[in-house]
Amino acid sequence: MAQKVLLKVSNIDVFQGTFQALWDISLEVRSGEMLALIGANTAGKSTLLDTISGLLHPTKGKIEFGGKDITNLEPHEVVELGITQIPEGRGIFPEMTVIDNIIIGSYSRRARYKKDENLKRVYQHFPILEKRKKQTAKTLSGGEQQMLVIARGLMADPKLMLLDEISLGLAPIVINELFQALKEIRETGITILFVEQNVRRTLQEADRAYILETGRVTLSGTAAQLREEEEVKKAYFGI
Amino acid sequence: MTFLTDLSAAILTGIFLGGLYVLIALGLSIVFGVMRLINVAHGDLVILGTYFAFFAMTGELFGHAFAPFGLDPILSLVIIIPLLFGIGFVIQKYLMRRAFEISMEAPLLIALGISLVIQNSVQLLWTPYSRGLTAPYALQNLSIGTVHAPLVYLLDFIAATIMVFLLREFMSRTYLGRAITAASQNKRSAKLMGINIDRVYAFAFAIAMITAAVAGVFLGLTFPFTPTSGVSFLIIAFGTVIIGGLGSMLGTFIGGMILGLAQTLGGYFAGTTAQMLILYVIVLVVLAVRPQGIFGR
Repeated sequence: MAQKVLLKVSNIDVFQGTFQALWDISLEVRSGEMLALIGANTAGKSTLLDTISGLLHPTKGKIEFGGKDITNLEPHEVVELGITQIPEGRGIFPEMTVIDNIIIGSYSRRARYKKDENLKRVYQHFPILEKRKKQTAKTLSGGEQQMLVIARGLMADPKLMLLDEISLGLAPIVINELFQALKEIRETGITILFVEQNVRRTLQEADRAYILETGRVTLSGTAAQLREEEEVKKAYFGI
Repeated sequence: MTFLTDLSAAILTGIFLGGLYVLIALGLSIVFGVMRLINVAHGDLVILGTYFAFFAMTGELFGHAFAPFGLDPILSLVIIIPLLFGIGFVIQKYLMRRAFEISMEAPLLIALGISLVIQNSVQLLWTPYSRGLTAPYALQNLSIGTVHAPLVYLLDFIAATIMVFLLREFMSRTYLGRAITAASQNKRSAKLMGINIDRVYAFAFAIAMITAAVAGVFLGLTFPFTPTSGVSFLIIAFGTVIIGGLGSMLGTFIGGMILGLAQTLGGYFAGTTAQMLILYVIVLVVLAVRPQGIFGR
């Protein structure tokens, strides 16, 4: 089944100050898929997402999105092209209301035209946000805040959504709700790249995955393949 | 009876005067709220606006009146606002932006430098002597029953209310205003929403300059000024923002009222020499008891 390659990362090195966080990383995100990036805390997953988003720039290598070279673009330019990141730790605008948080998501020129259409869709995915729309964002529960930032990301009308550890600190019921919403979002045609530490859960939800260890890709494949991999079993399932 | 009348006058005057302090403090509050920078050049930028208005009125340079334009200070805002807006935009985009990349302290030093440049340039252009924007209405008194107050103080209050209202509407209803608010609450998330932080900072600084222009004109109408007046008013502006809480516009408004009242009531009960002392003491008390200010976060 040949899928179109949406995002292509080729042999990038990324430094955080003088510390090399990513070593010769290559990966592909295919159109319409749900791709996972798995790894421990210091593996470099967030660094990779930040580099794709333009917050960091590689010292070597190339990043292409829809065939276009985005390696050295600024964050707002990357958003304009159709990549949004749902950052780790949620990153709400705490003193703004829910509705204001959501609307600022459609700041980019392209997204502004589709504001009303996307707002309707967002409320369909997350009805609780419509209910709480006048509340100040910081008064929301952890799970609701996570929904808020996903909603905000959707307003940017993305083709590719990057999600950094959305399950952190949330109860299993809430995590289920979130992944259900992600399935629905993916069905509307948005490609999803998500980063998680919880391997078992991740391999249930993802089509394919890359495993990162201390800044390098050590394994990749379909979820089914990875579940069978001896190394994965040993390292993450304790078998 | 005169006691109550005089006290009423002191209270009224205090509230109105507070308006001027709010006007001056607004720009400081915006820049700190958005960029976490204490713009020590703010007072001088306000005074620069005052001197622009002075020039528009008297056409005076180097001690000689070349072409007395006689332009009314409030009307001259039409020119001064775009002028200071442009200056602010340039300062942020070309000076401050690079300074932010260098270190946390660099912008503070740049602001100090700008402060010195302004003070000395103004002194060169318009002499160190005390000046005033002597528009006819600047000398009139307002009478409400038996209570008298200078008319300009009321104008200060009206201007402050209008500015605060306009700013709040801008911040909450326009995309740029919301972007500025968002950037001040979470810079990283703002970037991830497609907000161009450099542009937002430049606009925030420029908006602060608009308020500085208005503040400058009304300051000149209310009080006499010299090239170094900016510093004393910076201190009052700083106090206003501290009392109200950094980042809150409503807080700045209330802070201004409190300081205006502190000054006039202090003067009423303890004499005019104690006025400013009472004002500073109140700032100190707030800093000691509730450092984040009334509405601070």
